[in-house]
Amino acid sequence: MNAPGVLQATGVIAAIAAMLGAALGWAAGRLRPNADPLVERIDALLPQTQCGQCRYPGCRPYALAIARGEADIDRCPPGGDATVRALAALLGRDPRPVDAAFGKPKPPQVAFIDEERCIGCALCLPACPVDAIVGAPRYVHTVIESQCTGCELCLPPCPVDCIELRALPVVTAPHAAAAMAPA
Amino acid sequence: MSDLLLLAVGASLVNNFVLSNFLGLCPFVGVSRRFEAAAGMALATMLVLTLASGLSYAAWHWILLPLGLEYLRTLVFILLVAAVVQLTELFVRATSPLLHELLGVFLPLITTNCAVLGVALLNAERQHDLLQSLVFGAAAAAGFGLALLLFAALRERLDGGDVPAAFRGAPIALVSAGLMALAFMGFGGLAAR
Repeated sequence: MNAPGVLQATGVIAAIAAMLGAALGWAAGRLRPNADPLVERIDALLPQTQCGQCRYPGCRPYALAIARGEADIDRCPPGGDATVRALAALLGRDPRPVDAAFGKPKPPQVAFIDEERCIGCALCLPACPVDAIVGAPRYVHTVIESQCTGCELCLPPCPVDCIELRALPVVTAPHAAAAMAPA
Repeated sequence: MSDLLLLAVGASLVNNFVLSNFLGLCPFVGVSRRFEAAAGMALATMLVLTLASGLSYAAWHWILLPLGLEYLRTLVFILLVAAVVQLTELFVRATSPLLHELLGVFLPLITTNCAVLGVALLNAERQHDLLQSLVFGAAAAAGFGLALLLFAALRERLDGGDVPAAFRGAPIALVSAGLMALAFMGFGGLAAR
């Protein structure tokens, strides 16, 4: 094949590719996924404990409910007053204390498994919403501290009550930082 | 008009792309576990196939043939198919996030659905005009969708059936696909092509 033919072929392919690229770029601008940016911003303020104390299955469903106006902003005990204040600032509402019906605000905490008493029953594993418990049947379990959100959901299934929650020594949890950040 | 009808019946039933040409088997087996996903896949493939056959007709007759670049056919068609699939994915994600989630990885995989490229190549090979190309593409997609939906319904029923342990999963799926292909041979005398 001669050189001009190669150039022509390359040029044609490049031109077609450029045209398709431009069309796709235009379409990507027009067909935005109708994800609500407000939901994302509310979700970013929630503590991501996935504890379900707000009566929603997790933080994101609660964010969705807030964005739709189905739920008030005072249903998140793990986030405490800091989260309510941040949400109030974002949504332009008045801050208020966390509704006691959904639980008491607590300082950031992590679960701790007393390995002397753990019988390796694996019942706490499916309860953990963030898979922070390592273990298998008949092996002693332990908690990955950096993953644990302190949601307390592993407490009820434990038959020997070997799990306890300990306060985090310093406020380094990412959710606390997110809750403090200006909206 | 009757030519077009014959073409449509031929592409959708007699020479069904999945069951007698054995093109597009990966989505046929991969997305037929659940009926809703299969329905979404059938619709998405239908859109992609029709658009891609129209576009590849345009590229073939208005760009490649005048310039004498017939040998670039496959490359250009793949490019067009990929672009149309991307467009479909954007469209589905914007209109129905649920369907987008259901289809998952199989939506981008329409790019590698050989039925799509096969239709574009057959259109060029058989020198269909624009209308014929569109009808052929839509009919091939309808045939693909029909086979996919029937197969998905069959597999949902099979899930509840008392299948011998050795046949569970993929084996019984492949056996029933083979039986469906046999059944589709019954369309053979419908329209000679």
